[in-house]
Amino acid sequence: MTAMRLPRLESAGLDGWLVRLFAEIDEANMPWLTALIRDCEAAFGAALVDLVPSYTTLLVVFDPLALSPGEARRRLADVLASLRPDEAAEGAPLRELPTWYDPAVGPELAWLAERSGLSVEQVVECHSAATYRVFALGFAPGFAFMGSVEERLACPRLETPRKRVPAGSVGIAGRQTAAYPLVSPGGWNLIGRTAAVLFDRDREGFSLLQVGDRVRFVPVTRDEFARLGGDDTAMEDKR
Amino acid sequence: MTDALPGLRVRRAGPLALLQDAGRFGVRRLGVTQGGPADLHGWAWANRLVGNEWGTTALEVTFGGLALEAERDLTLAVCGGDLGATLDEAPLPLWRGLRLRAGQVVAFRQPVAGLRAYLAVAGGFRADPVLGSTACVVREGLGGHDGHGRPLAEGDRLAVGGAARGVRGEEAPAGVRPDYAGMPRLALVPGAQIGEFDGTSLYRAFNAAWRVDDRADRMGVRLTGPRLHCRLETLISEGLGLGAVQVPPDGQPIALLNDRQTIGGYPRLGALTPLACARLAQCLPGQEVRLAAVAAEQALAEHRRFRMTFR
Repeated sequence: MTAMRLPRLESAGLDGWLVRLFAEIDEANMPWLTALIRDCEAAFGAALVDLVPSYTTLLVVFDPLALSPGEARRRLADVLASLRPDEAAEGAPLRELPTWYDPAVGPELAWLAERSGLSVEQVVECHSAATYRVFALGFAPGFAFMGSVEERLACPRLETPRKRVPAGSVGIAGRQTAAYPLVSPGGWNLIGRTAAVLFDRDREGFSLLQVGDRVRFVPVTRDEFARLGGDDTAMEDKR
Repeated sequence: MTDALPGLRVRRAGPLALLQDAGRFGVRRLGVTQGGPADLHGWAWANRLVGNEWGTTALEVTFGGLALEAERDLTLAVCGGDLGATLDEAPLPLWRGLRLRAGQVVAFRQPVAGLRAYLAVAGGFRADPVLGSTACVVREGLGGHDGHGRPLAEGDRLAVGGAARGVRGEEAPAGVRPDYAGMPRLALVPGAQIGEFDGTSLYRAFNAAWRVDDRADRMGVRLTGPRLHCRLETLISEGLGLGAVQVPPDGQPIALLNDRQTIGGYPRLGALTPLACARLAQCLPGQEVRLAAVAAEQALAEHRRFRMTFR
């Protein structure tokens, strides 16, 4: 794409605008996106229908009976003119995901070690040492795309996705990592399983992770994992 | 579920019958899809003809096959697609409020014209909202009569609100009943990436006839026709609005409907209007459609006229 001036407002139908803030994925984007979410909530009030933040953009969906696209655009321009990023990254909520790293629940763990020239222990150390940021939620309720994984752990998605990935499974795809909130199909390389409940319809806010949050995977033993309510049944790996 | 009464019992489940209110809003940032009626127009008219307010939960019947028995006297209306509906074996008049006696059976056979029928009962179907909505999304396991996104199955009983009084015999004006067999022109508000498609592709996009593929469901409808070329192949994933028409590298557009994923990374021609989505959702595989570019303000005026028809 030719260089464009950012931020930019792009039409997204009769009831939406896509606010393009950045051109590249970067953890430093997130304090701007979380600030934009908060300011849009204030500027649109009851006319706001939905907000969908994702990496570099925010989709703003408004009530077309309350606002015209032109009116919505003017409000967004005002918001952008005074936008300031949220406090330093360290101010974002830190979520810890207790994770059992083991080939029984992470069928790509040994493969990834071999591929990266590391021991299994080093892969676990490398994945759990970093603090990640949530870039976007999507694919399924509560599924958080997080980054960035160290370059040496980066790996392509499975060529053939699994039909059934157990809830809690922790995976890597490209330089991103994620945990599956519910049983679903999936193509990420699995290295472990978290005992954290990522999506709960009866909990305030529903999703444990929100865009902009900081996340750490904390290694736990199988016993700790089970005590925390994790399902330690080994994967039946049928693709 | 106060003031709910037994209403209808499922005697035979078809391929897909789902309760739908207007949709699940305010939680898309959590990766939760919108849901709601694929054909907003048919759903809205069915509710109106039995005196329900906008947003009341009605039943979306896809393809047919469903049979329901009344457990008490009810007022109902069936709008949207003609799926060969019957009332005790006799043809059931569509787009009209009707009285149903306890023990009578409403059944749907298979599509005659259109793909989805909407059955509303006076007082609405009652189900506990999940994340603020009764919209049934099978993939997410959210909403519907049991709260867990399950389609209707044989033996299920649907509760009906007792408060509202139905409007007996009201009929929708002929002008609002779409000709589902005809070739629709689907209004599309162009998006920012439209300039990334080459000129030939843009000409074809808005002049060719597009065929509805059999890869079509509540998530999206794939259209086949001339191959469209975009200078962008994939993008960083970004939020997808209702009706977004994305073009993957194979050049064949996909129009995204109510149960679409919340984010995606293909370039887009723009977005179909809500009423264009509603019309597309009634198309059977093999039917042809055309795309027509419209300005956002013009599309908004049409949408507001539609919404003003309903309370």
